[in-house]
Amino acid sequence: MQDLEKYILRIADTSLILGQRLSEWCSNGPTLEEDIALSNISLDLFGQANGLLEYVSKLNGVKSADEIAFKRNERQFYNLQICEQDNGHFGDTIIRQFLCDSYFKLFYLSLADSKDETLSAIAHKSLKEVEYHLRHSSNWVIRLGDGTKESNDKIQQSLNQIWKYTGEFFEMDELDNKMLEKNIGVDNINLKVKWDIIINKILNQAKLSRPEDGYMMSGSKKGLHTEFLGKLLAQMQYLPRAYPNAKW
Amino acid sequence: MQSGKIEEIWTLLGSVPDPEIPVISVVELGVIRDVKFIDNEYIILVTPTYSGCPAVKTFQDDIKIQLKKNNIPNFKIEIVYKPAWTTEWMSKATKDKLMKYGISPPEKYAQCPQCSSRNIELISEFGATACKSLYKCSDCLEPFEHFKCI
Repeated sequence: MQDLEKYILRIADTSLILGQRLSEWCSNGPTLEEDIALSNISLDLFGQANGLLEYVSKLNGVKSADEIAFKRNERQFYNLQICEQDNGHFGDTIIRQFLCDSYFKLFYLSLADSKDETLSAIAHKSLKEVEYHLRHSSNWVIRLGDGTKESNDKIQQSLNQIWKYTGEFFEMDELDNKMLEKNIGVDNINLKVKWDIIINKILNQAKLSRPEDGYMMSGSKKGLHTEFLGKLLAQMQYLPRAYPNAKW
Repeated sequence: MQSGKIEEIWTLLGSVPDPEIPVISVVELGVIRDVKFIDNEYIILVTPTYSGCPAVKTFQDDIKIQLKKNNIPNFKIEIVYKPAWTTEWMSKATKDKLMKYGISPPEKYAQCPQCSSRNIELISEFGATACKSLYKCSDCLEPFEHFKCI
């Protein structure tokens, strides 16, 4: 696989897998409005993934975007591990979303300057959507953190549990460095300072304490995942695998 | 000859309604970016509203049906992402149509389409479609949708 294809797959898979996770809230939301909100965010993420996968398909010249999404196994997915984590309760989902949204905002802001025109265009478009996703998740973090003792305890625990997956946001491997040298990719390490500012501001407002950076999970850039991805793919890919060439 | 045909295509596109908001056309929505004639083929440049909006696929199909029905078989729809779609491309006339239809148009402040009040309350930033948020009027108490500015 070409470097550029693999680099785009990482971004596409991250949106696709988080979108799939969020879609599980459809018809299960705590209120009707929230059900609609999470499903809408999921749809935006699928849209972003689709644009990127179409681009990979064009570069690849053989496989369609659908084939790329539905006919790969776990180890061929490069999404960040945080995206595949179980939804848990509403607070777990909101914290995961908040950490991802704040990262997406900075990532796309930087990718918008990419020398690759298609990537830059998709980044510009995604940025508009990520802005209101982040507003939504930030508001909920503040509401739950600065809510009752129970809601504060619960969301603090959610934050503590998922923190170890945030290290992957800022990793750089050989491929990232190559893409950065070509002015195509993003300098992930550079995003950290601004990410800290967003996170600290909202956590402070939410009366939540920022966990210490301890052991950080890693591996998705090489296709290594947690136990949750396999089950997610089993559900997501069931139909096109059980009924090859099905049209929908 | 072709410029006349291009004008005809624009007119035909102007009669393709938005699948979710049928009072406005895809041209008024601002998603048709250009119509060009290259190598014996009309290229219609379309930009998506929201990345994941299912209406985007539907109106592409509607455009195909409309053009074929009017004896224009040699065309191709191409998706462009840049510049990203913005509600700023909507004209005042289009916004008035939305208001009349019962949707608060994409302006900085929402307004109740029932009683024109600006004394309103945001219920949710997300509505029945990606492009709308949900409000409630504090005067007439009716809920209504607001077309988000993006």
